[in-house]
Amino acid sequence: MAQFVKKDDDRDEEEYSPFLGIEKGSVLQEARVFNDPQLDSRRCSQVITKLLYLLNQGETFTKVEATEVFFAVTKLFQSKDIGLRRMVYLIIKELSPSSDEVIIVTSSLMKDMNSKTDVYRANAIRVLCRITDGTLLTQIERYLKQAIVDKNPVVASAALVSGIHLLQTNPEIVKRWSNEVQEAVQSRAALVQFHALALLHQIRQNDRLAVSKLVTSLTRGTVRSPLAQCLLIRYTSQVIRESSMNNQSGDRPFYDYLEGCLRHKAEMVIFEAARAITELNGVTSRELTPAITVLQLFLSSSKPVLRFAAVRTLNKVAMTHPMAVTNCNIDMESLISDQNRSIATLAITTLLKTGNESGVDRLMKQITNFMSDIADEFKIVVVDAIRSLCLKFPLKYRSLMNFLSNILREEGGFEYKKAIVDSIVILIRDIPDAKESGLLHLCEFIEDCEFTYLSTQILHFLGVEGPKTSDPSKYIRYIYNRVILENATVRASAVSTLAKFGAMVDSLKPRIFILLRRCLYDNDDEVRDRATLYLNTLGGDGSVVETDKDVKDFLFGSLDIPLVNLETSLKNYEPTEEQFDISSVPKEVKSQPLAEKKSAGKKPTALGAPPAAPTSTVDAYEKLLSSIPEFSTFGQLFKSSAPVELTEAETEYAVNVVKHIFDKHVVFQYNCTNTIPEQLLENVIVVVDASEAEEFAEVATKPLKALPYDTPGQTFVAFEKQEGVLAVGRFSNELKFIVKEVDPSTGEAEEDGVEDEYQLEDSEIVAADYMLKVGVSNFRNAWESLGPDFERIDEYGLGPRESLSEAVNAVINLLGMQPCEGTEVVAANSRSHSCLLSGVYIGNVKVLVRLSFGVDSSKEVAMKLAVRSEDESVSDAIHEIVAN
Amino acid sequence: MESCPSVKNILLLDSEGNRVAVKYYSDDWPTNSSKEAFEKSVFTKTQKTNARTEAEIAMFENNIVIYKFAQDLHFFVTGGDDENELIISTVLQGFFDAVGLLLRGNVDKKEALENLDLILLCLDEIVDGGIILETDANVIAGKVASHSVDSGAPLSEQTISQALATAREHLTRSLLNV
Repeated sequence: MAQFVKKDDDRDEEEYSPFLGIEKGSVLQEARVFNDPQLDSRRCSQVITKLLYLLNQGETFTKVEATEVFFAVTKLFQSKDIGLRRMVYLIIKELSPSSDEVIIVTSSLMKDMNSKTDVYRANAIRVLCRITDGTLLTQIERYLKQAIVDKNPVVASAALVSGIHLLQTNPEIVKRWSNEVQEAVQSRAALVQFHALALLHQIRQNDRLAVSKLVTSLTRGTVRSPLAQCLLIRYTSQVIRESSMNNQSGDRPFYDYLEGCLRHKAEMVIFEAARAITELNGVTSRELTPAITVLQLFLSSSKPVLRFAAVRTLNKVAMTHPMAVTNCNIDMESLISDQNRSIATLAITTLLKTGNESGVDRLMKQITNFMSDIADEFKIVVVDAIRSLCLKFPLKYRSLMNFLSNILREEGGFEYKKAIVDSIVILIRDIPDAKESGLLHLCEFIEDCEFTYLSTQILHFLGVEGPKTSDPSKYIRYIYNRVILENATVRASAVSTLAKFGAMVDSLKPRIFILLRRCLYDNDDEVRDRATLYLNTLGGDGSVVETDKDVKDFLFGSLDIPLVNLETSLKNYEPTEEQFDISSVPKEVKSQPLAEKKSAGKKPTALGAPPAAPTSTVDAYEKLLSSIPEFSTFGQLFKSSAPVELTEAETEYAVNVVKHIFDKHVVFQYNCTNTIPEQLLENVIVVVDASEAEEFAEVATKPLKALPYDTPGQTFVAFEKQEGVLAVGRFSNELKFIVKEVDPSTGEAEEDGVEDEYQLEDSEIVAADYMLKVGVSNFRNAWESLGPDFERIDEYGLGPRESLSEAVNAVINLLGMQPCEGTEVVAANSRSHSCLLSGVYIGNVKVLVRLSFGVDSSKEVAMKLAVRSEDESVSDAIHEIVAN
Repeated sequence: MESCPSVKNILLLDSEGNRVAVKYYSDDWPTNSSKEAFEKSVFTKTQKTNARTEAEIAMFENNIVIYKFAQDLHFFVTGGDDENELIISTVLQGFFDAVGLLLRGNVDKKEALENLDLILLCLDEIVDGGIILETDANVIAGKVASHSVDSGAPLSEQTISQALATAREHLTRSLLNV
């Protein structure tokens, strides 16, 4: 090994490596020893190791170099040294020679495949199968079949594993081996059985019956290795999943087998079985219990991997069956202080999901201790969990809000702080009681906030919400401090916020003017400009006047022109012409508002630029609709539905519809996307047949002028209906347009187009469209304050239902109301359930509903419905919805 | 989850995060730089944990990574995020213990580099193209070390003491040659 190790005494201490100073060029030179007539097998092994080391470090060989090395290596098959041969196998796999090179080694490898030495046979099979192509495979197929049933397990495994790989590229050949593979499944060698089972299942995976037979016979027989047992559990769950579709009644087939595996001696099998049980479709709590029990034992294991696996699975179970996991709560709580932070975070979020209202305070205390020593990314997970907990138990907002404000004051990166601020904003929006304290927390935060983005967002939010509070003056100090202490960006937004207070709160006006005048001497022009502008619009020069509507619109309204359009218009504008007219800027939104909505839906970004302010989507829709003259007389928009797809995914034209409900009108907004690059659509309209919706009369249509490729556009159809009538119906839709061919190279459309149409799916107006989901923080108080004057109570039979929770969800969806206090979750196996709903009915009538459900042994569900509202007719209307 | 358990990569890094030996079985990291980036992030995030007595676990980019350290060597095995953690853990344990046997208990970077051929063969015997070949450390070490035994005796009959003897023989030979 003398030449192998370039020993250097000086550096021996600090960085010793046999590969120190290794260079590709010199190693390639050394590789010439492969050609020596008298092979030094040890030396050759060393050179191969060096080559492998280079490859492993990410070094690449050029095509020529690789070919040269490959040819030199093939000479080494002459040597009888087993060690060298093993290294030769390795390097051939690493070099992955091209098919014309493979031919050189094929015969040597085929010889090894039939050698008496097991090591040769096993390795030669793996190498050959790795580098071979289909034509060669037919030549060696005979040997491979033999190898599968070889009495040496290593050889058999090598052939089986190679079969699994080859099945991807040459399925028809590998499928012919199933007799041999079947024999190997019965092998006494544990791993051979595992590999054979995996291959057999892959060969037969499309034959449901065969898989089912395989599972049936093996679950009764003996499976030797834990790995094979895990595979069998996976296949069994697959069979269960497929069979449960046609076998609704009775016990679940194979459940006993899964449960039996929970008592297996190998942990990996126990866990695989427990996980399989928790993932069964519609698992009952009786089925779940034994699995939860073993997972609970894992929670207190000394091995982090076991704890992690268990807590991760329980976390998933908690989403669907929170009650089933509550037994583990004590073990979970001890995991909060786990060394492994992934485990701790999973434990916390599980506890937050399963916890009840009374345990929140205790839990919060524990989390507080834990927050200081975890990474930001985990903290964000916890913050998200806290936010949903707070929405679930609005009465607990005080302690949760305190927690959020405390962590807001501690150290943390931007993403983390943003998550906290977003959460506080959402809580302020959804829990009215939390508003004032939340705003103050935000004010304190901006006193010492290093993130300009967050400061400006909070200032904007303060400007909108602050003036509406009971004592707006207390926020002024925080805002004006920004003008004194911060950078220009924050100063400018603070000026805007001050102006908003001035506009909304007349009593504060004189003081605001004083503050704004001070800003006139700011050293940043934007700040000065804003101050001047606001002073003028608010009438700060002379007497204090009532702020008129225009000014408020100017301050609070958002620019109803897409900024991109404004930018292009301004660029095209030439100063010599007449004055720039802002109304000439096209208002049509180029990018689809839907895309924004989707991202907003995923993670409610409550803060944002003006158009995306709290009630963003409704605002955006309202703006859009009021900009269309035909619809401007419809009055206040009551509700906009979520988009409903009217086309299958990946069709030529993608269309979805948003239903806008007004007091006397309904507007369908069709969002269309053209997915064909070679087409331009013009005069796009949707022809709506309302024959199945008699109470609606079409009043207006707004066509879409042009719909180029991949640029979404909207067309609208409006209907009139009687006010106060709960009109429902079904509408059939057809897209009509003129198609023009587009030359993809130039992007220019041809002159002439052809008229064409495209059938869309039907849309519907249902009762829930007339209901806004609006939660209340304290249902009991709200219920009492509405009083029994317009209370209507009745009972209904809902007939046989799949489960109680299915019935509860069906009623919630039918009414389209907001479930309160987490009552939409039905405890597993309970026979009765109460559900509280709140909402606002069209005409801005507040409605509260109490539902009591009961289920008998034959799954017949009965329901008592109690409605209170501000209007008798609305209470009756709710009953009518359910009665129909 | 009907598929065969699979391993995405096995990494053996030193105490500075440099490669000693790595093997990737999945296409998730197509280029050498993406591989290195993954190794770097895994190494930095696990560096401070104490994974010397029991294997530890973490999640990265929708993968589970199970790891264990010995001296200046960091062992990692990666699997998909819906993989059974205990299976991946068994692979890691097999690798870890097999390396221990092959290096005769001297599990450190220097020894590992000097016997890099054994380490590479060891990787080759544990997983083939993502499919687990063997997880029993004794069997793995036996298969790797057996290459100096000239007999055609079936491997199954070779005991672990023989395997160790061969490993020892290999070591003495390399020491003599230095």
